Amino acid sequence: MNTTKSSNKTQDGIVSQRLSEASCQQHFSDLHQPLTKYGALVEADRCYYCYDAPCQTACPTGINVPSFIGMISQHNNHGAAGKILTENIMGGTCARACPVETLCEQACVRNHEDDGPVRIGMLQRYATDQASQDQVSFFTRAEPTGHSVAVVGAGPAGLACAHAMAVLGHDVVIYEAQAKAGGLNEYGLAAYKMVDDFAQKEVDMILSIGGIEIRHGVRIGTNLSLADLQARHEAVFIGTGLGQSRRLNLADEQAHGVENAIEYIHDLRQTERLSDLPVGRKVLVIGGGMTAIDIAAQSKLLGAEEVTIAYRRGQEHMNASDHEQAFALENGIRLVFWAQPIKLEVQSNALVGVEFASTQGDNFTLSADVVFKAIGQTLLPLEGNLSLTSGRIEVDTEQRCSVDGVWAGGDCIAGGEDLAVSAVQDGKVAAKSMHQWLVCGQNQTRQSEV
Amino acid sequence: MIDLKSNFIGIQTPNPFWLASAPPTDKAYNINRAFEAGWGGVMWKTLGEAGPPIVNVSGPRYGAWHGKDRTLMGLNNIELITDRSLDINLQEIIQVKKDWPDRGVVVSLMVPCEEQSWKDILMQVEDTGADGIELNFGCPHGMSERGMGAAVGQVPDYVEMVTAWCKQYSQLPVIVKLTPNISDIRTSARAAVRGGADAVSMINTINSVMGVDIDTMRVSPTVGEQGAHGGYCGPAVKPIAMHMVSEVARDAECGGIPISAIGGVSNWRDAAEFMALGATNVQVCTAVMTYGFRIVEDMIDGLSRCLADRNMASVDDLIAAAVPTVTDWAKLDLNYVVKAQIDQDSCIKCGRCHIVCEDTSHQAISTQINGERGFEVIDKECVGCNLCVNVCPVEDCISLRQLQAGEMDERTGLPVSGDYRNWSQHPNNPMRVAGE
Repeated sequence: MNTTKSSNKTQDGIVSQRLSEASCQQHFSDLHQPLTKYGALVEADRCYYCYDAPCQTACPTGINVPSFIGMISQHNNHGAAGKILTENIMGGTCARACPVETLCEQACVRNHEDDGPVRIGMLQRYATDQASQDQVSFFTRAEPTGHSVAVVGAGPAGLACAHAMAVLGHDVVIYEAQAKAGGLNEYGLAAYKMVDDFAQKEVDMILSIGGIEIRHGVRIGTNLSLADLQARHEAVFIGTGLGQSRRLNLADEQAHGVENAIEYIHDLRQTERLSDLPVGRKVLVIGGGMTAIDIAAQSKLLGAEEVTIAYRRGQEHMNASDHEQAFALENGIRLVFWAQPIKLEVQSNALVGVEFASTQGDNFTLSADVVFKAIGQTLLPLEGNLSLTSGRIEVDTEQRCSVDGVWAGGDCIAGGEDLAVSAVQDGKVAAKSMHQWLVCGQNQTRQSEV
Repeated sequence: MIDLKSNFIGIQTPNPFWLASAPPTDKAYNINRAFEAGWGGVMWKTLGEAGPPIVNVSGPRYGAWHGKDRTLMGLNNIELITDRSLDINLQEIIQVKKDWPDRGVVVSLMVPCEEQSWKDILMQVEDTGADGIELNFGCPHGMSERGMGAAVGQVPDYVEMVTAWCKQYSQLPVIVKLTPNISDIRTSARAAVRGGADAVSMINTINSVMGVDIDTMRVSPTVGEQGAHGGYCGPAVKPIAMHMVSEVARDAECGGIPISAIGGVSNWRDAAEFMALGATNVQVCTAVMTYGFRIVEDMIDGLSRCLADRNMASVDDLIAAAVPTVTDWAKLDLNYVVKAQIDQDSCIKCGRCHIVCEDTSHQAISTQINGERGFEVIDKECVGCNLCVNVCPVEDCISLRQLQAGEMDERTGLPVSGDYRNWSQHPNNPMRVAGE
């Protein structure tokens, strides 16, 4: 963040204290009020307990949704949480942050009726919150195996892998660049989805299994090499995510007011006082995914007067779901489509607007004092001989990389879906494969090659 | 709109909706409110003989069985007969009958099984101007431990004897209220008929234990540290009550004795069903204890439209309309063949029809249509059992299609016969009656 937080006025349009801290806190309170006990029972009762349930199939981690909802309706919230966490150790985060409207809830057969899908995400949150409140533990670490594995990155993929390996009795060391564990759960998700320091609570729950050590401030490719890891550990899992925001590749991209959405959200999530954050008057967001929606909405909630999302293609092409788009519109955000940024308008090294080429007509310029780039991220360079596809790590169906003894998952792999829930599944699948590899002998050839 | 006026053993009321003898009919105050709301008649809460008043528990009298959305499905109670003095009750009955001459007031009675006890109270009741008496032979809790209520109703000889006393010592019509806590309700109904009863009312409440609090490991509800069984009623008991009503309605020995139906009547549809099964009127309790007396407005409107829609001129056209369709299993047509069919347009693909058929029935529903998730009936396996229809969450999505005469039943490989044939005529029945 190239601003000074102590200053009330860093640039004409970019100021802190746009809103009182109380207003900010109110705006950033829980996006959805959790279900009450009665609300959960009524909602659970709506579940038809489908056979071979489409919601379960739609869940990247394969949570047995009808089963856990049935348990809620039988007042067995702990059992429900156990069902969820067994498949998805980050069931709590996913209940808050999953785009359920494109996953389980989209598959719900109730969509064929008038009253909408069962609110699976909210029920999942209800069950996992209950278990968390009651401090129920669902996992027991097996007898130590003496095997040592490295996990790079303490995000959803890395933590899921680490937890599964720890349960199996292996010793895990997680190497994490940031000061806190959690990855995008801690640094990337919109604040109103993860209130009350939930990411850290979840991390604590995951680490409580034992056998997992986290070393912070270590970044692969910078002060750690894959070779080191391979020398120290028998198996390595890479779950670094994508470290580097994509550039617009326009002149003056270093100008004041040109920001990476991810970095701003990173600061937002860590700030003590939301009102201290510098906020533009007119904010422009370039992109069409969830991050674009998140940064736009959060800018608006921090007091930006005008927020516009400009996307180079049409509404139907946006990665952000209809639900997310509707959320943006409800928050007074303008969506502009078929707009390709071609020039940053800069005066005295400060942004004043962005010129767009439109496939639908003439070029146009939108004035802005802040433009957020939310056009995706790329993998930070990794040394080593890992094969990449489209700039991301290539893996097989067991999450194995091209180098023996190395697995990868989460956003850093080719075909990664940029979803916490998919990352968790990657970590889970990798752990199973790593365990087999450790237990059955490291020289065993790959099944697929037999 | 059709006039719902009702004639129950000579008691004329503006509609066939009565309140059962129960807490809602314990006092003039409640009954005045009921009549203001539009109820046709009341069974005054059971009076006992003169003397020290009955003592009720001061703890919970009711326990409930809830649906998942807290719909009250069933209620049980351990309240006894009226705990107010006989004199006050009788005075109130006189006044209520004066104030509401067009409504029915029948007095429920329960005294010890002694001729003199009945004789005494019958004379007092007759002086009130009440329209009739209902003999409480059904109350299954408390009073039965003292040799009254169900303790009488469970012994047909007692039912007949007491009924006969009442007919002997009173000019009033006598309605015998039957207990369902007996193996065959017809035996009690027949005893009432032999005793000269003018009508039977049924069913009284069913013996029940509502639950156990598994935190305290106590039966619930508890009075102090213990609980006792109560009498169960409400929507949950309706199918049981309908069976009993229909059995008495079609029993030759009962000779078509008028029936006042009780048991989970909550709305006009329930009332219409009971009446179609032979009831002349219905009595309601749990529904008013759940929602208040105002529900009668909807019942009146609904039943009136029901009659009009079916071209019925009065409630008399409804009474027993469905009784001829109730029969014994042995009379069912074994040549009637149906197959389930699933309407693909309304199917939401929940798969429940498949899994219940696969796990618990006849493996007659497949899971794929053209390689996609979809559910279809396999006629070759389908026995037409109706389970899929019952479990399907979408109304009318699955239906049963009757195979016409001559059509091939793929399950048996035989064409469907158009002839009626029941078990008594079936070749597999070693006891079959030739030529029947």
